[in-house]
Amino acid sequence: MAGIPHDHYEPKSGGEKWLHSRLPIVGLLYDTLMIPTPKNLNWMWIWGIVLTFCLAMQIITGIVLVMHYTPHVDLAFDSVEHIMRDVNGGWALRYIHTNGASLFFIAVYAHIFRGLYYGSYKAPREITWIIGMLIYLAMMGTAFMGYVLPWGQMSFWGATVITGLFGAIPGIGPIIQEWLLGGPAVDNATLNRFFSLHYLLPFVIAGLVAVHIWAFHTTGNNNPTGVEVRRKSKAEANKDTVPFWPYFVIKDLFALVVILVGFFAIVGFMPNYLGHPDNYIEANALATPAHIVPEWYFLPFYAILRAITFDVLFLDAKFLGVLAMFGSIAIMALAPWLDTSPVRSGRYRPLFKKAFWILGVVFFILMWCGAQNPDLVLIGMSADGHMLKMELPHAGDEMSFFYINTARLSLWATIYWFGYFIVILPLLGMIEKTDEVPETIEADFDAHYPPKS
Amino acid sequence: MIKKTLLTAFVALGMSFGTTAVLAAGGETHIEDYDFSFEGPFGKFDENQLQRGLKVYTEVCAACHGLRQVAFRTLADEGGPNLPEDQMKAYAAEIEVFDKELDDTRSAKPSDKFPGSALENAPDLSLMAKARAGFHGPHGLGINQIVFGMGGPEHIASILTGYTGKEKEEAGATLYENTAFPGGWIAMGPPLEDEQVEFDDGHANDMVSMAEDVSAFLMWTAEPKMMARKKLGVLSVLFLSFFSVLLYLTNKRIWAPVKRKD
Repeated sequence: MAGIPHDHYEPKSGGEKWLHSRLPIVGLLYDTLMIPTPKNLNWMWIWGIVLTFCLAMQIITGIVLVMHYTPHVDLAFDSVEHIMRDVNGGWALRYIHTNGASLFFIAVYAHIFRGLYYGSYKAPREITWIIGMLIYLAMMGTAFMGYVLPWGQMSFWGATVITGLFGAIPGIGPIIQEWLLGGPAVDNATLNRFFSLHYLLPFVIAGLVAVHIWAFHTTGNNNPTGVEVRRKSKAEANKDTVPFWPYFVIKDLFALVVILVGFFAIVGFMPNYLGHPDNYIEANALATPAHIVPEWYFLPFYAILRAITFDVLFLDAKFLGVLAMFGSIAIMALAPWLDTSPVRSGRYRPLFKKAFWILGVVFFILMWCGAQNPDLVLIGMSADGHMLKMELPHAGDEMSFFYINTARLSLWATIYWFGYFIVILPLLGMIEKTDEVPETIEADFDAHYPPKS
Repeated sequence: MIKKTLLTAFVALGMSFGTTAVLAAGGETHIEDYDFSFEGPFGKFDENQLQRGLKVYTEVCAACHGLRQVAFRTLADEGGPNLPEDQMKAYAAEIEVFDKELDDTRSAKPSDKFPGSALENAPDLSLMAKARAGFHGPHGLGINQIVFGMGGPEHIASILTGYTGKEKEEAGATLYENTAFPGGWIAMGPPLEDEQVEFDDGHANDMVSMAEDVSAFLMWTAEPKMMARKKLGVLSVLFLSFFSVLLYLTNKRIWAPVKRKD
């Protein structure tokens, strides 16, 4: 691989030379494992390993679950209970798999926001960033379809609502929706294709992950300073880096194990905390649940979807919501070109820092809004002058102009989300006075760990 | 994202909270936080309570409701009611199940499952303790679930004891006022009254005790492997914590020369 100069694998024995001249696979593994890595990486650089672990864990538990699961509308729900009751360790496999999805998303959000803060998306790492976004999209698709498989109430109604989004596309929407569902409504055909794709997509993700790693092994890792590793000579590069093995392998493993303590506490003590009770009721097309809520990791984007409550020109609110939802992810993929600042890391950008942390808060606000009734009034005044606080307006209650409900809060948060990428990132690069950036990674590291005199 | 990781760590803490009798409001309904023996990371099912619950289920609930996911053989499982093998077989033999091959009913074998619900509008109870959550919020933040638990069995016990005695007719059906039921009016008549079921060991059979017993039993039917699950939780948390200390020390030592701390 190109990039930072470092020692390459040298086959020594006859056997090694024989293999290396035919298939340089040991060399590939060696170069991957021994990649020179900036020695100042902080604890936000552990998520890649956590994500890789999650993918492996989900694929392995998933493959075993498939051995016992039946993708049929009449049998799916009971086959999951069969796994929970009759299969040896089946309950553990299933709880690890369902909660594993949550761990996967916690890690991916941490990973994405790490990238946003330290400018990991900027040149020359645009391809890594875009592949990452594709992985994230594939994860969302996989998680959504996986949630349908147990065929509980939320599976069914979640699938109905989300596939309904495609129906909102003007003109071709209904055709696309029917094509996705394999019929006029969510039914056996839907379950079967979701099952098939839920099995396929993780392997697509694994392929994308390989390309993701390949790309940043070519450019080298970013680091908290955003300063590039010096690469004129091996000696110079060695001052800025340490090999990935053993320094970061052990560090990342330590972090992974600490995270797994929390993960297994959830699996062991409250495995249904992050799920919805309604999914323990078998799917029933005739009984709509009181609130249809997606899994927590979709909530921010679900809130954006519901934030648009008004038509604009000939476009209706529902379609605009769909555009906003997909747009909110697409706009993230464009960050490399929207951020105009010559300084890569947010650490040296005082104004950017503020804007970034507001974005973080906005993300959690959106997550909260996604789970609430859109009409819930946080605080506000009704037309007849009485105050409402954290309550739904009563039937027939007119609201005055002065109120904040979930829908309005979602809209403001959505505007900030887009504003951050479209307005703040381009503008800050032009007006911001940045702090002094260290000359080299070595200088930054030495400032933390002064050389002995 | 940091908040999320914190939350994860928080969970273990939350589980060790004592469970006092607290009224936690879930919307307009009132769910009593009953104290169950199986709460917390080290909580265990009380075999005697599960057996009493089975008796209440059999004599009261089973008239209308079913347990179609539960096999009779599991009544003899350790970490469950743990009935002696012969009692489990005798219990199954007294129950008629439908056999597709015979196209007729016959007495149940241990490998059979409990019959389903006898009434159209009486839901199957196998998973009821997980399909309902007694505790929410506050304000969608999910903190009460950490402190009090999900509240499935509490929800069931609160329904069983939540009747006010008021009735009303609606569309030809009688509805009963219940403080734990969403909407406040439930189609099921008050199923339990004091001293309705006699226990062989003379255990208290007031309405509240029986409601707790049958709720505990239904928690077991919903989560029959709970004991194994908690054991996995405790063992993996202990092992991984120990492992993380080793990795921490290894990491510190590897980095010491790089960080000039050796």
